[in-house]
Amino acid sequence: MSAPDRTAMIDDRILKDHNLTRDEYKLIVKLVGRAPNPTELGLFSVMWSEHCGYKSSRVHLKKLPTKGPAVIQGPGENAGILDIGDGLAVVFKIESHNHPSFIEPYQGAATGVGGILRDIFTMGARPIAVMDSLRFGPPDQPRNRAIMEGVVSGIAGYGNSFGVPTVGGETSFDAGYAQNPLVNVFCLGLVRKDKIFYARAEGAGNAVLYVGAKTGRDGIHGATMASAEFGTETEHKRPNVQVGDPFKEKLLLEACLEAMGRGLIVGIQDMGAAGLACSTSEIAAKSGLGMDIDLDLVPQREAGMTPYEIMLSESQERMLMVARPGRVAEVQAIFAEWDLDAVVVGRVVEGGRLRVRFHGEEVIDLPVEAIVNLCPALRRPVAKPRPAKPAGKGAPIPPPDNYTKAFLKLLASPTIADKEWIFGQYDHMVQTNTVFLPGADAAVVRIKGSRRALAASLDGNSLHVRLDPRTGGAAAVAEACRNLACVGARPIGITNCLNFGNPEKPEVMGQFEAVIEGMAEACKVFAVPVTGGNVSFYNDTEGASINPTPVVGVVGLIEDVAQAVRPGFKAAGDIVVLLGETKDELGGSEYLRSIHGREDGPAPGLDLALEKRVQELCLEAVGLGLLRSAHDLSEGGLAVALAESCFHGLKDLGCVVELESELRPDALLFGESASRILVSVRPSALDRLLQLARDRKARAAAIGKVYGQSIVVGRAGFKLVDVTVREAHRAWKNAIPDLFKIHA
Amino acid sequence: MKFGVVVFPGSNCDADTLHALGDILGREAVYLWHKDHDLKGVDCVVLPGGFAHGDYLRSGAIARFSPLMREVGEHAARGGLVLGICNGFQVLLEMGLLPGAMLRNKNLKFLCRFVTVRVESEKTAFTRLARKGQVLRLPIAHFDGNYYAPPDVLDEVESNGRVVLRYCDDQGRLSEESNVNGSLRSIAGLVNAAGNVMGLMPHPERAVEDLLGGTDGRLILESLIGGRVP
Repeated sequence: MSAPDRTAMIDDRILKDHNLTRDEYKLIVKLVGRAPNPTELGLFSVMWSEHCGYKSSRVHLKKLPTKGPAVIQGPGENAGILDIGDGLAVVFKIESHNHPSFIEPYQGAATGVGGILRDIFTMGARPIAVMDSLRFGPPDQPRNRAIMEGVVSGIAGYGNSFGVPTVGGETSFDAGYAQNPLVNVFCLGLVRKDKIFYARAEGAGNAVLYVGAKTGRDGIHGATMASAEFGTETEHKRPNVQVGDPFKEKLLLEACLEAMGRGLIVGIQDMGAAGLACSTSEIAAKSGLGMDIDLDLVPQREAGMTPYEIMLSESQERMLMVARPGRVAEVQAIFAEWDLDAVVVGRVVEGGRLRVRFHGEEVIDLPVEAIVNLCPALRRPVAKPRPAKPAGKGAPIPPPDNYTKAFLKLLASPTIADKEWIFGQYDHMVQTNTVFLPGADAAVVRIKGSRRALAASLDGNSLHVRLDPRTGGAAAVAEACRNLACVGARPIGITNCLNFGNPEKPEVMGQFEAVIEGMAEACKVFAVPVTGGNVSFYNDTEGASINPTPVVGVVGLIEDVAQAVRPGFKAAGDIVVLLGETKDELGGSEYLRSIHGREDGPAPGLDLALEKRVQELCLEAVGLGLLRSAHDLSEGGLAVALAESCFHGLKDLGCVVELESELRPDALLFGESASRILVSVRPSALDRLLQLARDRKARAAAIGKVYGQSIVVGRAGFKLVDVTVREAHRAWKNAIPDLFKIHA
Repeated sequence: MKFGVVVFPGSNCDADTLHALGDILGREAVYLWHKDHDLKGVDCVVLPGGFAHGDYLRSGAIARFSPLMREVGEHAARGGLVLGICNGFQVLLEMGLLPGAMLRNKNLKFLCRFVTVRVESEKTAFTRLARKGQVLRLPIAHFDGNYYAPPDVLDEVESNGRVVLRYCDDQGRLSEESNVNGSLRSIAGLVNAAGNVMGLMPHPERAVEDLLGGTDGRLILESLIGGRVP
């Protein structure tokens, strides 16, 4: 008989509490060479969690293209970095904070902003813009409104105080998000190429400094929480949510950038998920070194914390840095000037082990490689998504009695309606770089001292993705790039936030795999690398998964900011031109959902080659100065794009459009066929634009003109839509504020 | 004319203000660190927007205790120019250099948008380049901009022509709707009795370049370049 398996001696319940499988535990015992003590087990629990270890997603994420001539840093660091010339680089990333935002909307969202800001400035960059992608349950439900109100004020509370402009984003609504809202925060930073910093230690003997806020008991096991489904009782998880202090973060930013700018530090890592455990082991592992830490030196907010709590606390606004030899005092002087702690808590050592002491005893002694890099990747079972139903197989869609009424109702649907109620709470102008106010196709932020500007857009239509994950994944990339094309920006890099259900369900992994493949294909067509991102699994509450929701954040460059194009019509008499082609595609449309209460497919198709030609046409036309306005067609189709071009234009300026098509009128007006852009041009520029379209084999058709004070859309002499801009604007503008009015 | 922009911990419009005064208007402008006791010989002190000391306790409440505020108070008492923008206005109220206080905006939300304000007096060092009644388009970004003062203080301020800016519609008319944050008598900016200290909630430094949506802020900043009104 063989000796009893000692690893079997651990209790099932302890493993479950730590979200570890028995196989994983056995591997840990093997890697450590003994059974880990409870503190060490806690450390593995978070570092090998889905959130930190990407164990379900890693095998699939490899399919995304990550290389390109401008890529300085791809996935694997705090954020991606791209060279934009002139000695400058952009640092950007998107992260989710979904679970905390459901439990405690204000703090959950606020600390989501705080976390992504640190990811950016830990690399030496000053954050210059934030955007958010938000998903809530239908806002006619009071609870969903309460979550939305908390999330929006949390984002505002943190970003406004910190002093970073929140320049745009997107918000949509679906019943599936009622128990599981999504809060994805994107941040863009700017850095001089010679001032980029990484999580590095460089040499044994270097001092390890803890800087920023004190450590408290908040946020312990946040990363593990984000790696499991929610049951009905989430109330007791409230202590897992951290509390943000944007003021402290602002001080931390200034102090860190000053220490970096003066060349006082070797490397730096923020303390986000898994706090000290993660930052110490990652800096050591990435340098092939070890670290000795004394927890008694860590600034603490309360007495009596255990080593387990100190190592795993996710208290906000903290960083770990490694000082250059002999420069510790200077670092400390800078932090003192900003009234922040900067304490030497340990040393970099040879040998690749993390050794942690507490009250004179060694409480952790682990190989950092095992903690950081040896979390096993899983090949979870995958069930291929079922193909969407072919067109016409569903119940017939009755045409609306009155297209104008349907149009007004669509404009007032929360997903399409004006989001000023949201972005009006964000300081979108601080730093004085915001060229386009929120509401444009893409955010545009100028680079001071240069003619160039950066553009960014976040996109992802989860209904389309649910109906056809592969095409939906590709379409998210296509739409994000199309939004950039509308303002005249060329995409240079992508970050993605992949929000999915429980990866233990084969159908969820099937969606995930298909979305990644679709994204990868689209990224290759547009030649844009993915430089990082975030995966959020377990977006399930009480067993129900959300729609698969990939959110694509794309960053682009505008060579001459004076040429950037806005969505609004400029002058009566200009010709309205539709680039691309409208097909008989009502499936997955907001029209079907809002007017007919149906979510059937199929989702619109996507021809990536055509998409690319349409975008190139738009970019060329912008470069030649032909376009007076440009606006992407998305939810609500052509009719909504026409309306928004009026709303963003000169006051009350309308349009008259005549459509020639055999398609059914609602598909023509409200269908969401991909690869379409609505532009307006001076009459004298029309021929030139149409010729360019022919040359590029991208369709373009003059469909009407900017005229009068009404939106009029006709077909074959029959007016489908006829409404004043003012009335349409009222429906669009008031929809969300009206929901929040206090009813007597 | 030399400008000094005070940097409190939590100031976040300090760089924007320096950029507007220095890079755009071409004036000499320097930062003044809140822990120092040195105004570096500036003619005009600007208290910028932001969240000084986190705006914890109350907007501007802690900033008045920053060491440099002693010198700023003395500078104001000597008749030196002081401009408080947004959070800077709140600090001036807390210091007692201007009367009144700020309440939460009437909708209890942070508000960031362009608004229109009417110039009530062109006879100040801050508005001399504007016309009385002129409507300026300027951005606001604040949570606590709902101006309050007791009736007798309001009457005194009004009768001495110290209200400099009021929220209005694009035609210069006052209404409840155009009074975005609920300020008493739609007050958006006012000066002290001596006319050398002004506080305003809108951000003139955000409106000095066409690229960013307008240049009306220049009227205020450029007015200052002429120095004190005799």
